[in-house]
Amino acid sequence: MNDTEFQAYVQEGGQVETGDTMPDDYRKALIKFIEMHGNSELMGVLPEREWILRAPTLQRKLALTAKVQDEVGHSQLIYRVVEDLGKPREACLDDLVAGKTKFHNVFHYPTKTWGDVAVIAWLVDAAAIISQKALLKCSYAPYARIMKKICWEESFHILHGRDCILALMTGTDEQRELVQEAVNRWWGPLMQFHGNPIPADDDPMYRWRIKSQANEEARQQFLDGYVPQIWELGLTVPDPKLRKRDDDVWEYGEPDWDELKHVVTGHGPKTEERLGFRRWSREETAWVRNAVLADAA
Amino acid sequence: MNAQELLALADDELILGWRNSEWTGIAPFLEEDVAFSSIAQTEIGHARAWYELAAKELGTDADSLAFDRQPEEYLCAPFVELRFVPDWAQTIARHWLYETADAIRIQALMHSDDPEIAGLAEKIDREEAYHRMHAEMWADRLREEPRFQQAVDKLWPYALGVLESEQRNRLSEVVGRDPVDPVERGTHTEELAPLWEEMTMVRRSVPGASW
Amino acid sequence: MIWEIFRQEREGQPFQHGGSLDAPNLAFAEAYARELYGRRDESFALWIVPREAVDEVRDPYVADVFDRDYRRVDGYSLKIKLKEARERAGTAGSG
Repeated sequence: MNDTEFQAYVQEGGQVETGDTMPDDYRKALIKFIEMHGNSELMGVLPEREWILRAPTLQRKLALTAKVQDEVGHSQLIYRVVEDLGKPREACLDDLVAGKTKFHNVFHYPTKTWGDVAVIAWLVDAAAIISQKALLKCSYAPYARIMKKICWEESFHILHGRDCILALMTGTDEQRELVQEAVNRWWGPLMQFHGNPIPADDDPMYRWRIKSQANEEARQQFLDGYVPQIWELGLTVPDPKLRKRDDDVWEYGEPDWDELKHVVTGHGPKTEERLGFRRWSREETAWVRNAVLADAA
Repeated sequence: MNAQELLALADDELILGWRNSEWTGIAPFLEEDVAFSSIAQTEIGHARAWYELAAKELGTDADSLAFDRQPEEYLCAPFVELRFVPDWAQTIARHWLYETADAIRIQALMHSDDPEIAGLAEKIDREEAYHRMHAEMWADRLREEPRFQQAVDKLWPYALGVLESEQRNRLSEVVGRDPVDPVERGTHTEELAPLWEEMTMVRRSVPGASW
Repeated sequence: MIWEIFRQEREGQPFQHGGSLDAPNLAFAEAYARELYGRRDESFALWIVPREAVDEVRDPYVADVFDRDYRRVDGYSLKIKLKEARERAGTAGSG
């Protein structure tokens, strides 16, 4: 199969397995895309893990630990896929902590209160799940298969998020204020999360059916699902232009695409600190990997 | 068994679970991260079960017991308070020593006159089988590692302090070490106060609220 | 070392491939398989197999090149012959 035939094959729904012949560019694009996903799950742990230690009830503590554990588990699944494509896990982690590879914008921002914990589980996870569901149709079968497990495990994360939010919104004025304040800070990054609306036609990610959902479509799905949920609780969104048109399309203030670019290229408010933290914990535990993962019986 | 003894058990599990959950996201490798996080969750789950028993006797609820007391009122052994991140050798040394001590303690509780306590101890014992397996697996793998041996040497007096005096000889037997002067319950290390600060900061921010 | 994990969703069901993990030996692989494929009680049983023990066979060794319909249900069309046989025996009632 030459490249043109391969493209036709995947566009018609053809599946690709690990050992199959594939164009070099397809393999490289897959590694880059999937690696970024793995990086995101791993970096996404850092804003949330401090709140495990601060959780205000035993139930929340358990739920948040389980949620973060799932995210680590997802990074395990994802990096295994990348490794089978040819890039070892340690090389991925080396590149991540050296700032050479990327991770999603939302994980570059600080978490300031318990309100953030609730908003992340409710809205940030929701935005991520929309993208993840679209990846169920990825032409690369090993990735599509782990996405199935990932989507299944994420189902409780959303409920946990909603439960935390509702507890706060039916609580004291202070607690309601925690939520509104967090929504105000997270709205910008959320609107940027699905990326610039770029035409799918020239994008190899679509031609090869690695991605199958356009950025704008994902964002519209997010707004459609979650703005009503936000408004019905009496919360506001810090965008005066946000409204649903008669043709059911959501209009909104233009997200700051410069901010997005600036952040994902490693200049977010918490990027350096978090990469530094990963670097540090990795160095301190290197002896364990050497003792345990090196040639074993 | 009285409420104070139940609280000591619960506090041990809560604080150890809290310490173990400090590794979530930064364990030496990903598969272990997931496994160790489950162990931390199970410990907190066990703490909750003991708190619920104590809460019945004291007329309160598990969360209030877990979070609304002052640091001096906690009855945990000094062993569980020690902060080890990022030291995996000490973490595993504690994990192995604690699980061994806890097994002895739980075995005794399974024979309690109180059916609720005996029943809960039996349930806990079944879940702990996995913890013991995991601890043995690591102790076996790190046996030759000087860091691990040194950690066990250092923490041995603390491990003895987890148990009642009449159970300590049994621990010596199982671990294969001579008894030494234990670090007893009753005083707290300086590590507990900062742990408590962080553990209770959200809860204290809106006292009496539901979360 | 890479291990492949097969999981049995419920008692009596076939084992299906779940995924793979990195572990130094069988003890570790078992512990991690439990965690990654069973912490939500979602597997009745697990098989843990070193990746190098798994051999894959695919096209063209397995596919039919010549039609072998004698091996399949659709290779048999009995309706007409059954009708004729019943007519012969005088038992062709409602067909």
